[in-house]
Amino acid sequence: MGLLDKEFTDGNIVIAKAEDLMNWARLSSLWQVSFGLACCAIEMMATSASHYDFDRFGVIPRPSPRHADIIIISGTVTLKMATRIKRLYEQMPEPKYIISMGSCSNSGGPYWEHGYHVLKGIDRVIPVDVYVPGCPPRPEALLEGLIKLQEKIRKASLVKKSA
Amino acid sequence: MKNTEEIFQLLKENFKDLNFELKTDLPVDNFIICNPLEIDKISRYLHDNPELNFDSLINLSGVDEIKNNQLSVYYHLESTSLKHKLVLKVITDRNKPEIATVTDIWKGANWHEREAYDLFGIKFLNHPDLRRILMPYDWEAGYPLRKDYENPEFYHGMKVPY
Repeated sequence: MGLLDKEFTDGNIVIAKAEDLMNWARLSSLWQVSFGLACCAIEMMATSASHYDFDRFGVIPRPSPRHADIIIISGTVTLKMATRIKRLYEQMPEPKYIISMGSCSNSGGPYWEHGYHVLKGIDRVIPVDVYVPGCPPRPEALLEGLIKLQEKIRKASLVKKSA
Repeated sequence: MKNTEEIFQLLKENFKDLNFELKTDLPVDNFIICNPLEIDKISRYLHDNPELNFDSLINLSGVDEIKNNQLSVYYHLESTSLKHKLVLKVITDRNKPEIATVTDIWKGANWHEREAYDLFGIKFLNHPDLRRILMPYDWEAGYPLRKDYENPEFYHGMKVPY
């Protein structure tokens, strides 16, 4: 499935499907929007830092949504913030991916009943690729979520699916 | 250093035309109930009088006492130089909650009063910037911490209930 698992047999030419090449490029440099919301954002920053090192998967925080491929919704999404997140998402270029990190962003979390100000799941506003459970999830869990997203991208196809 | 009873006596002597009530029978700090429309003058006196010198507003919080049809605000004051504290309470009508602002005495009251306005709908008269502070500016469903508040079904097309 991978691109470089075939040995060099003839010079230094690698033959691969265009799809595989594109998917490999995309999944290997998922730049994220430098954006955090609550306690999950602390775990996300820990994941970026040297101990867990998000950068070894090609994840680099970018200061503008126009540079970014993924947005990690890391924390409680208030209704006020949801309108802003929608705008950030719309400013990202295609292809774009979303990781919903933690219970709040997945479903409202502890605010699910009495949180008059909390959106009960970011998937009510923007489409989510991977949900990472936890409150907050440990960095390992976020890395697992990212690897799941990479698997999803690796399986993507340029061919339009026939109905 | 003065206790609440001594300050209560001082207030009664200085504001002879106003009503004050001292509450000592509750399982909380003693507090003084004051007139909501004169709280600015009372606060100015508490702040400026060198014997009292309440230079710090620790907290300002709204309370919905729906059983008595009233909204109230508690002021927690401290004098950092004289090391004494005081709790004041003002009570307003739930149908027309209006209280004088203390923003010009303690600058920190600005956001506290905006919060009480945002969540309880208490109007602070002569406040320099009385806008919502936590909820969205275009929140039309009312004041969330009122006991009879009901959340809307939708906000900008987003479903609100779980």
